[in-house]
Amino acid sequence: MTALLRTAGVTKAFGGVQALDDASIEVAEGSIAGLIGPNGSGKTTLFNVITGYERVDSGHVYLGGKEITNAAPDKVFAAGIGRTFQLTRVFSRLTVMENMIVAAQHHERRQGVLRNPFARAGGPATRRRAMELLEFTGIAHHAGSLAETLSYGQRKLLEMSYVLMASPSIVLLDEPAGGVNPTLITMIADRIRQLNEQGTTFLIVEHNMDFVMGLCDNVTVLDYGTAVVSGPPSVVRTDPKVLDAYLGTAEDDDDIPVG
Amino acid sequence: MSTDTSASTDTERTRLLPAVQRGMLLRLGGLAVLLVVAAIYPLVITNALYTQFAVDTLIFVAAAVAWNLFSGFSGYISLGQAVFFGTGAYTVGLLTNHWKVIGGTIFALLPLGGLAAAVVAVPFGLIALRVRRHTFVVITIAIFFIFQLMAYNFAFTGGNQGVSSPFFLWNAADYNNPFYYVGLILAVAAIVLSWLIRHSRFGLQLLAIRDDEDRARGLGVRAMRVKLTAFILSGFITGMIGGLWWFFIGQALPETAFDPNFDLSVVLMAFLGGAGTLAGPVLGALILEPLQQWEAITFTNGFVAEVSLGVLLLAVILFLPRGIIPTGKELLMKWQAIRERRGQPAPGGAAPPASGTAVPSTGSQKTGSVR
Repeated sequence: MTALLRTAGVTKAFGGVQALDDASIEVAEGSIAGLIGPNGSGKTTLFNVITGYERVDSGHVYLGGKEITNAAPDKVFAAGIGRTFQLTRVFSRLTVMENMIVAAQHHERRQGVLRNPFARAGGPATRRRAMELLEFTGIAHHAGSLAETLSYGQRKLLEMSYVLMASPSIVLLDEPAGGVNPTLITMIADRIRQLNEQGTTFLIVEHNMDFVMGLCDNVTVLDYGTAVVSGPPSVVRTDPKVLDAYLGTAEDDDDIPVG
Repeated sequence: MSTDTSASTDTERTRLLPAVQRGMLLRLGGLAVLLVVAAIYPLVITNALYTQFAVDTLIFVAAAVAWNLFSGFSGYISLGQAVFFGTGAYTVGLLTNHWKVIGGTIFALLPLGGLAAAVVAVPFGLIALRVRRHTFVVITIAIFFIFQLMAYNFAFTGGNQGVSSPFFLWNAADYNNPFYYVGLILAVAAIVLSWLIRHSRFGLQLLAIRDDEDRARGLGVRAMRVKLTAFILSGFITGMIGGLWWFFIGQALPETAFDPNFDLSVVLMAFLGGAGTLAGPVLGALILEPLQQWEAITFTNGFVAEVSLGVLLLAVILFLPRGIIPTGKELLMKWQAIRERRGQPAPGGAAPPASGTAVPSTGSQKTGSVR
């Protein structure tokens, strides 16, 4: 298996805090990869670095062998990486359909459909594709509603839907199951599996361990900005380094005064 | 919509179309009436004072629409619009005197005023559009004052004396008319441009930037390019308006061409009517500019108009932050919903509340046609 997305020795500091420290991960093409780690271990920062929202201090990011280090977010999206945010971010004063059309801009530009800048937003083909995706995620009946009227879970689905508008080769999901009811979690997992079968690669940050272990082919553990373990869920689950990362190392116990 | 007609949507369409059409006809009819009234206004009302008011009002309608085209759509509140206005005024003034243009030919120079303002908009935008929200507002104010200072201090701008227009004899009775019609053309052009943008992919990108710029960038929107384009377009129109204003008033001074009151008025007009809407800035200008003119002639103390501008700004921000059009629409919808619940048909048929639900229902119809 070849690595579709790869980071090599990425470091990133905010002031005195080393958010990423020599972080190297690999996501195999066609896989569903998980990225886990305690709070503050640098998962979201790594997402931000990959998608161009933060610049690396050093290190490299590659997509399919092509270097995309420090590329701007719109370039990264154009290159084929879609992402969602931990706290959902949708265009609240646009309708759901308009949200979808915004994400189709690059796609339409590439097809040369919209040479005319004053052309009506979203041609019939775009709208048809948007409706298909909204049906796929189950929010098609809200197409004409303002995005601000959606529930939290529906916003997550909208975010997933519009990221798919550009048919990205890899989708980065930041806590897709966070704050979502169990039925919806099952549905989201199903959709991810279906998309994966059609060839979309996933990298998922998630705290819900059942979700990650049940879905992912490969799991990487980040701790203090470094990838400490990577492997199949069954292996990672029992690795002592993972337990250390989540529960603290044995050294900590030495500080406890005895007697 | 017209392109993806299919059998399954036909029944829905026949039910929906009359309502949609009625709304469209009503709107188009209203617009036509407005346009006719605007076109014959100076022919009916020949009092020079009132035609002068009308020219001033048209200038502000166009200016508020131009402001809205960038700031209203993108959410970047600019208080530096007078930079474009003054640049246009000075450019047209200086070129008129340099080339010794006289009479109505001066109107032909307005696009050059617009062009100069558009050129200024490029570095202005490249600097100011790197920052957001409050920082952006402060930077636009700073750049505005830089331009006012330059107008005071450069030799070619005439310093305190400014730039005067050549005097020539036009019939006093209808002196204002050419200015009125050029102003009307500019205002209508600005409104049409703003309508085109609002319904285009470019406009959707601006609105996406307003809602969440970073998210928009992450979906492939080239934010800087989009913002700068809108900024330049807005500057171009405002520059032409500045040129017209110079010709109309007959003189540009640093403090009148680069006037902080212009910035505030334009922003207030847009917010009063509804920033980011199409009709809002027009409505705001139509209310506010005549009001200001009326105050200026009613109260001998000129500060009344300025103080009332400030008070109104506060009132709008406190009590009507979204503006007349959005708030009015919402109230109307609520009122109709209440009427419907009581089982009474809302006046004008069941159409208006249906227009709110019409979009999703056509949407679900469409899903049927996709399968």
